[in-house]
Amino acid sequence: MLKQTEGSHAIAESVALCRPEVICAYPITPQTHIVEGLGEMVKAGELQNCEFINVESEFAALSVAIGASAAGARTYTATASQGLLFMAEAVYNAAGLGLPIVMTIGNRAIGAPINIWNDHTDSMSMRDAGWIQLYAETNQEAADLHIQAFRLAEELSMPVMVCVDGFILTHAYERLDIPTQEQVDAYLPPFEPRQVLDPSEPVSIGAMVGPEAFMEVRYLAHHKQMRALELIPQLSAEFRQVFGRDSGGLMRTYRAEDAKTIVVALGSVNGTIKDVIDELRDEGYAIGAATILSFRPFPSEELHELLSHAKRLVVIEKSLAVGIGGIVSHNLRMALSGISLHAYTVVAGLGGRPITKSSLRSLFERALRDELEPLTFLDLNQSAVDRELEREKARRRSGPSAENILRDLAGGAR
Amino acid sequence: MELQPIKFYQTGTFTVGNRLLDADQRSVQANMERTNSLNSGHRACQGCGEALGARYAIDAAMRASNNQVIACNATGCLEVFSTPYPETSWQIPWIHSLFGNAAAVATGVMAAMKVKGRKDVRVIAQGGDGGTTDIGFGCLSGMFDRNDDVLYICYDNQAYMNTGVQRSSATPPAARTATTMALGPEPGAVFGQGKNVPLIAMAHGIPYVATASVAYLRDLEAKVSRAMTVRGARYIHILVPCPLGWGAAPHDTIKLARLAVETGLFPLFEAEHGEVTSSNKIRHRVPVEEYLKPQKRFAHLFGKTPAVDTLARIQEMADRNIRKFRLMDERRHG
Amino acid sequence: MFQVRIHGRGGQGVVSAAEMLSVAAFLEDKHAQAFPSFGSERMGAPVMAFCRIDSKEIRLREPVMNPDALIIQDPTLLHQVDLFSGVTTEGLILINSTRSFAELGIGDFVEGFHPDLLCTVPATELALKHVGRPLPNAALLGGFAAVCDQVRLESVFAAIREKFSGKVAEGNVAAAREAFEIVMKEREEASHA
Repeated sequence: MLKQTEGSHAIAESVALCRPEVICAYPITPQTHIVEGLGEMVKAGELQNCEFINVESEFAALSVAIGASAAGARTYTATASQGLLFMAEAVYNAAGLGLPIVMTIGNRAIGAPINIWNDHTDSMSMRDAGWIQLYAETNQEAADLHIQAFRLAEELSMPVMVCVDGFILTHAYERLDIPTQEQVDAYLPPFEPRQVLDPSEPVSIGAMVGPEAFMEVRYLAHHKQMRALELIPQLSAEFRQVFGRDSGGLMRTYRAEDAKTIVVALGSVNGTIKDVIDELRDEGYAIGAATILSFRPFPSEELHELLSHAKRLVVIEKSLAVGIGGIVSHNLRMALSGISLHAYTVVAGLGGRPITKSSLRSLFERALRDELEPLTFLDLNQSAVDRELEREKARRRSGPSAENILRDLAGGAR
Repeated sequence: MELQPIKFYQTGTFTVGNRLLDADQRSVQANMERTNSLNSGHRACQGCGEALGARYAIDAAMRASNNQVIACNATGCLEVFSTPYPETSWQIPWIHSLFGNAAAVATGVMAAMKVKGRKDVRVIAQGGDGGTTDIGFGCLSGMFDRNDDVLYICYDNQAYMNTGVQRSSATPPAARTATTMALGPEPGAVFGQGKNVPLIAMAHGIPYVATASVAYLRDLEAKVSRAMTVRGARYIHILVPCPLGWGAAPHDTIKLARLAVETGLFPLFEAEHGEVTSSNKIRHRVPVEEYLKPQKRFAHLFGKTPAVDTLARIQEMADRNIRKFRLMDERRHG
Repeated sequence: MFQVRIHGRGGQGVVSAAEMLSVAAFLEDKHAQAFPSFGSERMGAPVMAFCRIDSKEIRLREPVMNPDALIIQDPTLLHQVDLFSGVTTEGLILINSTRSFAELGIGDFVEGFHPDLLCTVPATELALKHVGRPLPNAALLGGFAAVCDQVRLESVFAAIREKFSGKVAEGNVAAAREAFEIVMKEREEASHA
């Protein structure tokens, strides 16, 4: 049904339609509305046959999910930012055990300095934990991806993270279509676990594995993700058949056919990028964009194919690999093997800094003239940075730099 | 699951005495029909108290639940010695996830069983003292707080034995470990306030808490069986001597476990909803030296100049326990 | 695309106002996008929310920096926060107040604006009268429907009823209706003057 609703609420409704059996909840901004919504549905009896468990930490949230999934229940949880880091050990464990848990990440920065706003540092920190990572561009897609995620997770017996930009999507009211229970039931069969804790057929799960088998077990995890490269487009196509719209897939392009300059990004910023591309196209520039939907597994082949005819690549990154630059760019290098082009990394939107149309426009114009540095920090207040560097030079005990910058910007620098 | 036949020598020394008892009062281990949940052939050290405690506890839980048990294990000795795959010793569905999350994983299994309408399946979480009183404490407290239908069993050998005998919050004062060396003016572990997890469990008001010892295996079986009749969060804390970590002879495991009880250092009691309901009386009280002396971890207390003050403080701890938990028969002694 | 920025204080229903406005637009088959200024502000702190309305899909994700309309829920913010950032003389300004723009001390600022796009509504008083609580958002949306053709009053009513239920919904609907009528009456009198 078409409705105007909050992103978090749409995700909650979508998850509920997937008939989850165990949901573990721990509050952290900005994912909280999602589990609140699900909790309400369970409490009101709208979502039946589901245990909603309030836990004492994110570590417990995912640990409860591990137990529930291993015992054969369809299991869901959500987190963000510090919460994802707090459960990091269990994140790796869930993947290592091959448990098909679905978890929403309401993408948010990592402190210090503490910051509740959006960027991708949280989920990027777990990119190699063995989970499939899908990034939603719109709230419609966020809702849809959860339905695909359960199917994907359970077919492969591995966990899936659905990454949704915090606030920008989670708290935005938009028009979207919530599918019917019949549609979801037609798409998502009941969970048939590959491994299950069952007294009638006892197995040991989570045994110690030595050097004689560890490599093989790890390789199989990689192999599963390589299978996901085939499965994700299939599931997206099947989704289209049942629900009548395009959602998901490995990546999608926008006006990229004859583009000499390709902009690559993940998540909601692609909306603003498309608006800018339209303007530049109208002015005759051969520029297009690619949205990476599946960051793990990484669609190297598709990106290689797309970029093989391009002259320029501009990667917009909502995370910073301190000491080297961009994580997405770094991953893209593998796909660029044998392709010669100008590649620009642009770190943007950290800690919720708005990525505006006008900033992107002037950025792309500079890229089109090849005037960009290999690594650019979009809308960085360089003079504020310089003043702090001066303070550090002037005094040994210059104090905490975050607080210094804030004081400086408020006009009260010492 | 299929039951494995138990050989006569595996039924333990109680077998003969058991024949004098009514069938329902006989030891689980003495029963040749018992499940042998933690099978022989595992890689625990000689004289391991934990292996003994776990086998008795899980077999008793199996009998009490008609063999419908799922166990969740914290990382630690028990996990490592029982499952160097493919040689798992577990004859029951068993999962190991992490060091600090056994209680939470058990909550998850419990939730799955509930939603699938399998209330007959009972869930046990188990770990050592490190996985329980230290790194797993948050998850344990959360499970208690929600009163989840899980029996948590802590096998307390009073240090991180799996990693080579380092101090945990269950390590007793003055004990030498790899991180509380027997050096300096106050050798061994410090005299802190201690972290008495059975009492902390009681403070959560959960329906059942008990302490047990591998020296009193019938008592241990009885407490596990009792715990299985209760729904909600339950906690059993079992003292399991570790020959390696305590510096004691493997054949002294049972003796040391008994001395810990008879000195009053490890009181045996049961509690329901936060109140102590019974304690095991000490029939033959012994001074703490008798318990401490055979253990190399306390050897520095018995050197050329015995650490009289330290021994007095440990004796005080024992005396306090005896008063607090009414461990002496008051008609006879008081 | 029509862009609205709503200013107020935490606890005054600023975010709900933007959400209800987007629902009202949606009910008229338009595309709308509402979102808060993403703060961790507590009760009483200055907050913002945004709403975009368009006939086609809205892809833009930046905050509203050049609003076509400004709704100010709390006039005590007027001289504390840069409320008018990005507003042009073509802009619409709706303020929750019993006083006029001149009385509020911004008479000079709005010189050159279209007089019929400047409006004050006693929304707090209307909310107290009809809802019993000083939550001016619904009344302001009623006033907004009177000065702006982006949404109709009936759609505002429907959006209010989607957000609230029972007595609270009807109280807010009544407040919105009276705000709408007050503005329309003022307009009528002005045109006859």
